[in-house]
Amino acid sequence: MTRPANGSEAMSEPHHGGDRPTPRTVLRGARLIDARGDHGVHDLWLAGGSVEGVDLGGDAELEIDARGLLATPAFLDPHVHLRTPGQEEKEDLASGLAAAAAGGFGTVVSMANTDPVVDDPAIVADLVAQAAALGRARLRPAAALSLGLKGERLADYAALQAAGAVMITDDGIPVVDSHLQRRACEYVRELGLVIQTHSEDPSLRQGGVMHEGAVSHELGLPGNPAEAESIMIFRDCEVARMTGARVHIAHVSSERGMRVVEWFKAQGAPVTCEVTPHHLTLTDEAWRAFDPVIKVAPPLRTADDVAYLRDAVRRGVVDCLGSDHAPHTRAEKDRDALRAPFGLPNIEVAFPLLYTDLVLAGDLDLARLLELLQGGVARVMGWPEPTLAAGAPADVVLLDLDTEAAVDPAGFLSKAKFSPWEGRALRGWPSMTLVAGRVAFDRAHA
Amino acid sequence: MGAATPAAGSPPTKHPRHLLDLAGWTAEQVHALFDTSDVMAQVMTRTIKKVPALQGFTVGTLFFEDSTRTRLSFERAARAQSADVISFAAGGSSVSKGESLKDTLKTIDAMKSDLYVVRHPAAGAPLQLTRWTDAAIVNAGDGRRAHPTQALLDAYTFRTSFPGYAGFEGVELAIVGDVAHSRVARSNVELWTKLGARVRLCGPRTLLPDELGERPGVTLTHRVEEAVEGAHAVMALRLQTERMAGGLLPSLAEVRERYQVNRARMRLAHPDALVMHPGPMNRDVEIEGVLADDPRSVVERQVANGVPVRMAVLYTLLVGSR
Ligand SMILES: [Zn+2]
Repeated sequence: MTRPANGSEAMSEPHHGGDRPTPRTVLRGARLIDARGDHGVHDLWLAGGSVEGVDLGGDAELEIDARGLLATPAFLDPHVHLRTPGQEEKEDLASGLAAAAAGGFGTVVSMANTDPVVDDPAIVADLVAQAAALGRARLRPAAALSLGLKGERLADYAALQAAGAVMITDDGIPVVDSHLQRRACEYVRELGLVIQTHSEDPSLRQGGVMHEGAVSHELGLPGNPAEAESIMIFRDCEVARMTGARVHIAHVSSERGMRVVEWFKAQGAPVTCEVTPHHLTLTDEAWRAFDPVIKVAPPLRTADDVAYLRDAVRRGVVDCLGSDHAPHTRAEKDRDALRAPFGLPNIEVAFPLLYTDLVLAGDLDLARLLELLQGGVARVMGWPEPTLAAGAPADVVLLDLDTEAAVDPAGFLSKAKFSPWEGRALRGWPSMTLVAGRVAFDRAHA
Repeated sequence: MGAATPAAGSPPTKHPRHLLDLAGWTAEQVHALFDTSDVMAQVMTRTIKKVPALQGFTVGTLFFEDSTRTRLSFERAARAQSADVISFAAGGSSVSKGESLKDTLKTIDAMKSDLYVVRHPAAGAPLQLTRWTDAAIVNAGDGRRAHPTQALLDAYTFRTSFPGYAGFEGVELAIVGDVAHSRVARSNVELWTKLGARVRLCGPRTLLPDELGERPGVTLTHRVEEAVEGAHAVMALRLQTERMAGGLLPSLAEVRERYQVNRARMRLAHPDALVMHPGPMNRDVEIEGVLADDPRSVVERQVANGVPVRMAVLYTLLVGSR
């Protein structure tokens, strides 16, 4: 199955999951929900890597008892760090894509801040080929905006796109040079690729390790003010408007930043934005425990910011979720607060966390949460809307909305076996994820 | 060591196992610790300045940031009570940049100390260490966050030098200078307000964020005269010259003109007001040189009190908790 990038030829992908034949599969008795609505309980048939239809007859090579489970298109994630090539001690494709499937994700967009940087078409092609052979979640690599993420020279965007890159971004490192940002947007616009920005002004954020505010001043940790984000979001949106390029603002974390996005959206600027599970559920108060596991960039903000982000999600200002799954080794996170790296693993808990803390708490409809993980991402990326309609890719997640289980990082498929939500009792755990009609994750056998 | 037991009438609540900051300590526990310090100070006046109180205990000093003064003060406090001392200089190049805090500690912890005195450039590092060792941890300064023994010796110096205010009721402390980057200021605010005093923080806005004034008992001012007026103690903080390069301050001359603690400004203070400085001083920068040598200055007494107060801390944590 391929997902054509907007306005371009469908890229070729090696057969997902290798050359094994895809078994004709039936998911018995699942409640089917997709962007078209809640279809009630049916048997969902998959064949040849696509959805075949509902309540069909004939023989199934694989029968899956899905009674009591919700079947919906597998989630899409526009923002993960799989650390490959070069930082496989943190995560590799096998662990990262298995973790994604365990989280219910069928497709993820990997960031380019690896070693070497993903700024070379050969690296993109290699990532795509390696990932397809694994048969876990699909990998759609992002490629660097600037060569070596140095913020100096443009990368070969058309060649990167031809090799399979679906997004252009220096994520992890803000593009300081506004002229470079402008030229990248101008050039990429005609290719139809989305440019994603990590919007923080490095000169204002300085050495900040946490949100600057009452808590940082009390704890004596260097602060990173919300204005470092909002100022850069303003620049990135203004350049999007100026050039007409599609710009996606990654991980908006503050009320100030979100208000800037809203202001530009109201004017019709071609901008979209995402929020992360951690910015929707944690605050800077978490720093009182001095565990650098929660050190992320942009930083966890205040309860007021969290409330504003949730409201922006409800009002439709937020286009999608991006996990910003950013694994590190435990030893790196056991450094002190100043030297520990930014980023936390979350892709395996993203849905149960948001289902429990937002949907069950009455803050958000299930349909809206699913949209943020499915159609919302597809629209940002320029991909077809994921559905369970006949002919759609057989990328399906079975969700168990009833069973409560505690977050157990030791059981993560990610190499990063730690979590700020360790021990939290959550509902909404994915039971099974199928990608291209094959089982990519099965909790019963994980 | 009878003085280590709480005075009659004090609640029997147990003090925390570590001294990371003063958050978990009650005013009664702090005064009990000061009572123990009185006993320790008396020991330090004897011909043989040594007691067997901590015989058999090992105290490790673990300094990820150099501070000879503080380390020597702790080591003196441990040895004066017959504890064994192991010193680990973990600052600079001796710990590789990539090594985790946990790995560094595990290596050192194999030598089995009962208590570690930790200095670290990052806020929270001593708290992190408590997760990976059974030993007690005393924070000897972590980043900008806390320096509890400095605050204890400052308050103890006030208690022993300003008769009539030993209970700290109605006491006004002024802290002047680079408050934002000062662990000494944060710990003194925490301690003196806990003891019943009020604290006035003073400095230019770049070094004194408004949020620091949100604590009960604390007021902020950007005018040094306002901070000093009627104060019972005035503490000048060391001004790091990097602050000018970092764009936080204009010239040294302007800072001196606007924020120096000097004789003229001390005339506005309580007539018996003490002049304090946590050291090391930049004479004629944050504090007028002649004022530092004035009878009102207790700077040397602060250093001297470091040993008995730290003796009391080590004794209380090692023996008082068993
Ligand atoms: Zn980022």
